[in-house]
Amino acid sequence: MNAPNEPRLRHRKMDVKSGRVDLSHGSGGRAMAQLIAEIFHEAFANEYLAQGNDQATFAAPAPTGGRMVMTTDGYVVSPIFFPGGDIGSLAVHGTINDVAMGGARPVALSASFIIEEGFPLADLQRIARSMGEAARDAGVPIVTGDTKVVERGKADGVFISTAGIGVVADGLELGGHLARPGDKVVVSGSIGDHGVAIMSSRENLTFDTAILSDSAALHRLTEVMIAAAGPSLKLMRDPTRGGLAATLNEVANQSGVGIRIEEDAIPIKAEVAAACEFLGLDPLNVANEGKLIAVVDPGAAEAIVAAMRAHPLGRDAAVIGEVIEDDQRFVQMTTAFGGGRIVDWLSGEQLPRIC
Amino acid sequence: MKYVDEYRDGKLARAIAETIRAEADPAKTYHFMEFCGGHTHAISRYGLEDLLPANVRMIHGPGCPVCVLPIGRIDEALELAKNPRVTLLTYADLMRVPGSKGRSLLKAKAEGCDIRMIYSTLDAIRIAEENPDREVVFFAIGFETTTPPTALALKTAEKKGLTNFSVFCNHVLTPSAIRAILEAPATGKLPPVKIQGFIGPAHVSVVIGSKPYETFVEEFGQRIVVSGFEPLDVMQSVLMLVRQVNEGRAAVENQYIRAVVPEGNVAAQKLCDDVFDLRDRFEWRGLGYIDNSALKLRDEYARFDAEKRFAVTRIHASDNPACECGVILIGAKQPADCKLFGTVCTPETPMGSCMVSSEGACAAHWTYGRFRDKAKNQDERRRAS
Repeated sequence: MNAPNEPRLRHRKMDVKSGRVDLSHGSGGRAMAQLIAEIFHEAFANEYLAQGNDQATFAAPAPTGGRMVMTTDGYVVSPIFFPGGDIGSLAVHGTINDVAMGGARPVALSASFIIEEGFPLADLQRIARSMGEAARDAGVPIVTGDTKVVERGKADGVFISTAGIGVVADGLELGGHLARPGDKVVVSGSIGDHGVAIMSSRENLTFDTAILSDSAALHRLTEVMIAAAGPSLKLMRDPTRGGLAATLNEVANQSGVGIRIEEDAIPIKAEVAAACEFLGLDPLNVANEGKLIAVVDPGAAEAIVAAMRAHPLGRDAAVIGEVIEDDQRFVQMTTAFGGGRIVDWLSGEQLPRIC
Repeated sequence: MKYVDEYRDGKLARAIAETIRAEADPAKTYHFMEFCGGHTHAISRYGLEDLLPANVRMIHGPGCPVCVLPIGRIDEALELAKNPRVTLLTYADLMRVPGSKGRSLLKAKAEGCDIRMIYSTLDAIRIAEENPDREVVFFAIGFETTTPPTALALKTAEKKGLTNFSVFCNHVLTPSAIRAILEAPATGKLPPVKIQGFIGPAHVSVVIGSKPYETFVEEFGQRIVVSGFEPLDVMQSVLMLVRQVNEGRAAVENQYIRAVVPEGNVAAQKLCDDVFDLRDRFEWRGLGYIDNSALKLRDEYARFDAEKRFAVTRIHASDNPACECGVILIGAKQPADCKLFGTVCTPETPMGSCMVSSEGACAAHWTYGRFRDKAKNQDERRRAS
């Protein structure tokens, strides 16, 4: 639950008295950041939440000692089954990734199901088996769970919420606030695959594409990265909802820096680029579920990219830009065309343009 | 990406930029208006401003369908959506456009109105067929590009004998808006804008052709280069305009020859003629009332006309008095000149329509270009002191 405190924004406060939650409050853009800041941070205020990362890191109480991370996540994807995965495997991968981005080794997961009356048992079994398989493949067991059934119409099929815990190796310090000018920004592979795979299977938008969701557990890749870069690794983030653009903006805000990326350097599959083109979407805003970005000391960039490329989930890893000084905390991009532009948060839901 | 990357080639762009720089007379300033939001978007998204010399200035025109829709029409649509029998369908970026009192379709949806986003007018037909007990209303907006699909939906609804489908028609006409801008100095209705040429519409011209612009050459001595929406198209069109100015010529030229012919798409025009009739006048946000500038359904299609079917009452609502969308839409001011820009007016909380659609001048500048403002302000301060 991160709610970047963005100095350049002088937005109006939410109208809590008579306002209502709309879809833009859940789409990973500024509206959601505002909702989190003004509703949740205000109510929960504590030092762990204030870290503003996708997971909280805390000292494990004595006698255990050491540091642990904890994360929680909800899954409401529609459709439930999509090319390259389903809501179950996605829940396992996503939760593991949030733990892994904190530099932790994931230890255990929980899963809670909110199921709509009338949901087919066969589908539920398929989802559960897919989760079991994903958890076994990742070597991270689902150790506890909860089941609730709600009346027809009170949910959409099935919603899954999860939690994950992990342990952090001694001496490892990662965090969204640690990026410094000169650091390199690395991405682990092609962006936008998950979002396009989901959109291609939405009811009102079916189109044929060979694109599969990139949904994958990244903890083994992060292990390799930590080994290769050591303390030169500043932070890792998985660019899920809101895409690469939202993640880079979060980092820029948390660290109080600017980021400049090169459009030419960002790996994007031709099919993803094409789908985004005709849907009027920007791949930089499209969700990923098996990719990460890392910020790393410039001296270690080459080594970490080489190590990532040697891992199947980092084969297309690339340096895409660098951290710069900028008190306005802009993420800028040199376009493939040669001009400059901002890469901004998404405003609300990414909506296709009319013409 | 085949057939797309070719038009986004950075090397070629820099070569054209060099030619523009070499040919543009440093003693002159060139003011060109790109009429369409699609061009505004391309200019901002690809950072074309950085490639053009400082004395070639682009003015962002009013060709963003969401931007020119008056607030009153949004309010009318919100009234329609409140009807519990109505399912209101619309293209996406209309969802966030604020009506009066900060209301929007997105908020009305959160309050329980049945409002859905569609990609194609044929989805509207399908939804009407699948929900015979609902009154399915399509909130149609756009220039000549989106008009033929609406016409097709109406024809299809007629053929299928649908009785629960109607259209809330807000289609507007490009040449009327260009005329309003060009007549501004004479009528005094709008502040005069110094324009030496237009980057002419891409998709609109595919439908209407390049001929309708010829009258602007004859009557106003204007230059129009019909241009594709890709960044290289825009660069090449700017060069063509610079050359016309330098040679003292004024003509309609077609850069977008891969898609536009002088007569346009005659079949699409016929389809629209069958279904639509001219409105005597229509309100444009920023431009005011313009005669013969919009379409309504023909009497033969009255049963599909949501305005008649639901006896929609006209609502006139004024913009926030501090909002400068009006003058920004015709290029008399820049987005950053508006006091609301980036303070209370952002894409999350748009006060004016230019901030809503990514094609709007303000949203495009906010989303892609505002990093230049600080440097620009510092320059200006330095010059002033």
